[in-house]
Amino acid sequence: MSTREIDRIEGTGIPVRGDNIDTDRIIPARFLKAITFEGLGDHVFEDDRAGRSDHPFSNADYAGARILLVNENFGSGSSREHAPQALKRWGIDACVGQSFAEIFRGNALAIGLACVTAPHDVIGGLMTRVEAAPATRLALSLAGRVLEADGRRIAVTVEDQVRDALLAGTWDATGLLLDDFDVVRGVASRVPYVRGF
Amino acid sequence: MGRTLLKKVWDLHTVRPLSTGQTQLFIGLHLIHEVTTPQAFDMLRSRGIGVAFPDRTFATTDHIIPTRDQGRPFADPLAEAMLSALERNCGEFGIPFWNLDSDRQGIVHVIGPELGLTQPGMTIACGDSHTSTHGALGAVAFGIGTSQVRDVLASQSLAISPLKVRRISIDGELGAGVFAKDVVLEIIHRLGVMGGVGHAYEYGGAVIDRMSIDERLTVCNMSIEGGARVGYVNPDETTFDYLRGRPFAPAGSAFDRAVSWWRSMASDPGADYDDVVAIQGADIEPRVTWGINPGQSVGVSGRIPTAGSDGGVAEALEFMGLAGGDPIQGTKIDVAFVGSCTNSRLSDLREAARIAKGRRVARHVKALVVPGSQAVRTAAEAEGLDRVFSEAGFEWRGAGCSMCLAMNPDRLEGRQVCASSSNRNFKGRQGSPTGRTLLMSPAMVAAAALAGEVTDVRAALPESGP
Repeated sequence: MSTREIDRIEGTGIPVRGDNIDTDRIIPARFLKAITFEGLGDHVFEDDRAGRSDHPFSNADYAGARILLVNENFGSGSSREHAPQALKRWGIDACVGQSFAEIFRGNALAIGLACVTAPHDVIGGLMTRVEAAPATRLALSLAGRVLEADGRRIAVTVEDQVRDALLAGTWDATGLLLDDFDVVRGVASRVPYVRGF
Repeated sequence: MGRTLLKKVWDLHTVRPLSTGQTQLFIGLHLIHEVTTPQAFDMLRSRGIGVAFPDRTFATTDHIIPTRDQGRPFADPLAEAMLSALERNCGEFGIPFWNLDSDRQGIVHVIGPELGLTQPGMTIACGDSHTSTHGALGAVAFGIGTSQVRDVLASQSLAISPLKVRRISIDGELGAGVFAKDVVLEIIHRLGVMGGVGHAYEYGGAVIDRMSIDERLTVCNMSIEGGARVGYVNPDETTFDYLRGRPFAPAGSAFDRAVSWWRSMASDPGADYDDVVAIQGADIEPRVTWGINPGQSVGVSGRIPTAGSDGGVAEALEFMGLAGGDPIQGTKIDVAFVGSCTNSRLSDLREAARIAKGRRVARHVKALVVPGSQAVRTAAEAEGLDRVFSEAGFEWRGAGCSMCLAMNPDRLEGRQVCASSSNRNFKGRQGSPTGRTLLMSPAMVAAAALAGEVTDVRAALPESGP
């Protein structure tokens, strides 16, 4: 499968405030009872939305948003790839937050969903701005490590390896991992428990 | 400078550095189940790729299976479709599969160690965040997503970023009624639910050294709740004794050769750690969570914190319907659940049974015990634990994940409060969007089931041992 080079993501934003928003909240476990990822976008944050009529994902002003704004430790908990899949299928192509849980960030990268970080005050300012004016245009440049909002340029942090994988289109790692399979066989033959004690 | 176990395992399994800056790491053992794999197999098929090492992947079923009526087809057609997909995929790709009719079936993180598949010095991957559990035997074990499951099936390797190592030493000794679960809840409370991001947690110190493998499995299991991708304990005599004679452990003289290699993989004295934390065992009380993440816990004699200016505390208290400043003891429960990959092993059931023996579950409480594997269930029945539980009013069920995440028929209803030996108290985790979870040790769950409310297990301990 060919993967796509990802650099610039432009569109409107959607803010979801709160620290430690776990993957059970992004997509409750009952929606994992399926053998495909199809339709998950319809159920993103389903229980949070049911409990709160003003949830951003229920607010028509944010329809069509491509950039999700979040706070600390977003995507903690379960390793379900269904969480970034649900966000992506809803239409999100980038997450900008204070920090991300590790497995979530890896899963997001594996499906070409960029996660970048910025400090608390910067995120807070962006959220307030987007809440006041949901039509605000945002543009994330991975190459430049910059988020443009209303003509302002905001520096964002993205790990070299994440940035490079998205820019080079190697975020879908299968091809890369199979590039030189003889080396994999070589490692297998030197690992004592594979070789046999 | 000496090397840590993590560094030794990492170096041995490195295939090559990738152009992205990540490492391609060989995965020695791949464990799969029905929830996170159907899409991975479909991706392989659509790309025309096979499974590289089908003999290094093992499958079981745990998340969706009913713990009562296991007749096929399941009443839930979605659950049936998932199990059927796993059966088909394992058949097509030649992967060994312990299905419901096998006495080796159980929660993937219970059966790996139990069968001796999990061994020191290994790299392990599984599409489940609690894969960190396997570190209890000195393995480096990663929870991964479905696209990475595809990668491991295709290449027996992962593209992964290097980790730092934090040594967490639990010194001295634990008091009576304080268990491995309390130790890990204390660690997560102190270091925070994101304290471990970017790290592997290496657990050590006198308390960990004295722990059985079952107890170490509980501690390593919840590394992920502390934000750490990986948790491990260096292999020692306890580890080797545990593995001896297990079905997939080396046998005869190969076992002795394995032991010398396993020993060599432990962290060197004076190894180079990125961070070191020490906690006194005597300072740890039985703990109970009061909030909506596993870091939000208090000692059972303590009080629920007040919100003050902390929005996270306020949100948690509102969801939980608890008042800041109240003692956690006396919090009424509706359901008691002993089970999950954290606490469903034989020793967990023994501790819960020791509390339950000869007593009765409170009239308003629904209590269930779900063994982690068919082997645990059989062993528990052989020593009469099923009768102890049944006579006390607990339901005795078949093996699986059950009410930890409620992908099967076992779930909370409405705003029920559950005393649970599982690992996550997230909003909606146990199947009802408004259901509430209080995490605690299996003995504390049993004590709460009897009292009908959170109570200090230390007051319920029998005079002498079991």
